[in-house]
Amino acid sequence: MDHLNTQPHFHEPGRSELHAFTPGDDFYEALIATHQGLSDADSRLLNARLVLLLANHVGDLRVLREALAAARAGVGAPAGAAG
Amino acid sequence: MLSTYTYPRFAYQRPAELDAPGTVPRHPVVVVGAGPVGLAAAIDLAQQGRPVLLLDDDDTVSVGSRGLCYAKRTLEILDRLGCGDPVVDKGVTWNVGRTFHREAEVFHFNLLPEPGHRRPGMVNLQQYYLEEYLVQRAAALPNLTLRWKHQVTQVSPQGDGALLEVETPDGRYRLHADWLVVADGARSPIRRQLGLDIEGKVFQDRFLIADVVIKQPMFAEGQAERWFWFDPPFHPGQSVLLHREADDVWRIDFQLGWDADPEAEKQPERVIPRIRQMLGPDRDFELEWVSVYTFQCRRMQRFRHGRVLFVGDAAHQVSPFGARGANSGIQDTDNLAWKLGLVLDGLAPEALLDSYSDERVAAADENLLNSTRSTDFITPKSQASQDLRNAVLTLAGEHAFARALVNSGRLSVPAHLRGSALNTPDRGADTFDPACRMAPGSPLDDAPVQDAAGRPAWLLDHTGRGFQLLLFVERADALDAATRQALAALADAAIPVRALLVARQAGGSAPAGCDAVVDHEGSAARRLDARPGSAYLLRPDQHLAARWRALDAAAVRAAVARATAQTA
Repeated sequence: MDHLNTQPHFHEPGRSELHAFTPGDDFYEALIATHQGLSDADSRLLNARLVLLLANHVGDLRVLREALAAARAGVGAPAGAAG
Repeated sequence: MLSTYTYPRFAYQRPAELDAPGTVPRHPVVVVGAGPVGLAAAIDLAQQGRPVLLLDDDDTVSVGSRGLCYAKRTLEILDRLGCGDPVVDKGVTWNVGRTFHREAEVFHFNLLPEPGHRRPGMVNLQQYYLEEYLVQRAAALPNLTLRWKHQVTQVSPQGDGALLEVETPDGRYRLHADWLVVADGARSPIRRQLGLDIEGKVFQDRFLIADVVIKQPMFAEGQAERWFWFDPPFHPGQSVLLHREADDVWRIDFQLGWDADPEAEKQPERVIPRIRQMLGPDRDFELEWVSVYTFQCRRMQRFRHGRVLFVGDAAHQVSPFGARGANSGIQDTDNLAWKLGLVLDGLAPEALLDSYSDERVAAADENLLNSTRSTDFITPKSQASQDLRNAVLTLAGEHAFARALVNSGRLSVPAHLRGSALNTPDRGADTFDPACRMAPGSPLDDAPVQDAAGRPAWLLDHTGRGFQLLLFVERADALDAATRQALAALADAAIPVRALLVARQAGGSAPAGCDAVVDHEGSAARRLDARPGSAYLLRPDQHLAARWRALDAAAVRAAVARATAQTA
């Protein structure tokens, strides 16, 4: 992958971390908390909206194409397979 | 069951108080509960030379392996208490952790300790062994009295301590404790009797814990790995954890879900098929101990209530993921013992003990945060959480960022106490690298050094007895007269600050009254961002209280006053 960063990258400017896992765990907790109290259908909608928001923020189609391919790899039948 | 360990029976002794009715003897410190935390507290205080009475309602060590993983910081504290070697020698040191999702290994990590530390990242040892070693150490301290089968049935707090009602097999007696350290565990009868709240979250899940002797171990003798499964084929939809213990005992932890029947799940006819399915048909094993547990993540609002001080599980409880229970309890006592010692000696105000509560509440919150996050990842409670968790696990094989998000337990590390009121903030003129991990409040990292005779030694072994000033110098014998005089005056104060010279080069002898080591690899200087002249005030619990680029005796005295709550 030439454009997509798949190395740990969660951070917050001005914060120095004692433990490398902390900013990622912060994000993950916030993500789960955002789903709190939603029905399964609403959670799916939330995830889809989040994908669109982040994709627009990234903007660069080269990055997004790689992200789409990485997300698809290993899920369901190989992409492009009929049926 | 239980073939590998013989439980000791400690002798109950009829207390003299029963033969002197009406008298209420006074004790400066009474500790209640001879688990790892109560024992550590009593040993620490007794090592200061003061009389300590430790009461326990039982007459043996913990039943079942229970607390299992002891982290580097705990081992360092046990070194100070004289128990580090037996724990590390008997225990199993491990570095590799493997994470599985369904059939396949997703990734593994290596805890490989950063070189240049005496103690490894993690040692597994059944709690009963740790307690046994601590009891042996306690018995070697003549001023520590350990009374078995003495149950505290009533605590009445008073302005100058607490009145205790104690029940023994031969009858009841009363005693007065000037200070009471409560280490009576998660259910804490004393906390309940005093009506003190402990608040938090109950996790609606049950776990089966089994100690198993496996005849054909998975790893070679003396080797160990931590294996964690998410949703394995042998236990679908749940998590499983496997750890090696001493004596070829293995710990297996099955998540059961909230609806499981704890009594039925404990029956061997239920447990054995589960384990057989996991280990496969060809591996012989024997059950040693089985328990079904639930857990809570909660803490008391404060750990000091007048002259009653709560430590360990009595004060705070976390989920087992991350080994933050016993480890944090022992760190409580490390924080408390020196403060209580100074207060007992009249060298610091009682307010210093509020800082015990403040600092260890902050540490408990860090442990609660991390263990709660692990629990939420391991046992997702909604479809959305489950989906996201599975997304992380399916990405983790290939992508490093997702591996970092897999949370099967963030293993116990000490709190850095950066926000403590006992810390002296850096002066504007004293600049230190912001990326330096060790700042006021941090526990001192170990480092390989040489002692005065040129023998290999460890930095931490030269610390932990009273306040110390670590002064980085070129050579131990090259101090000017003013510096020698300043160090001598600091050592001569009511709360003495002994100098530990950390020299860049070997050679020459340190001035009288100064300890000295040679930082021959430069590790200590690197870890502290030190240059010749840099000075660090170290508390008796090996946490940094202050640092400077040059020695200023008045500033050191002010920092000691602040670190002992003698200034507002």
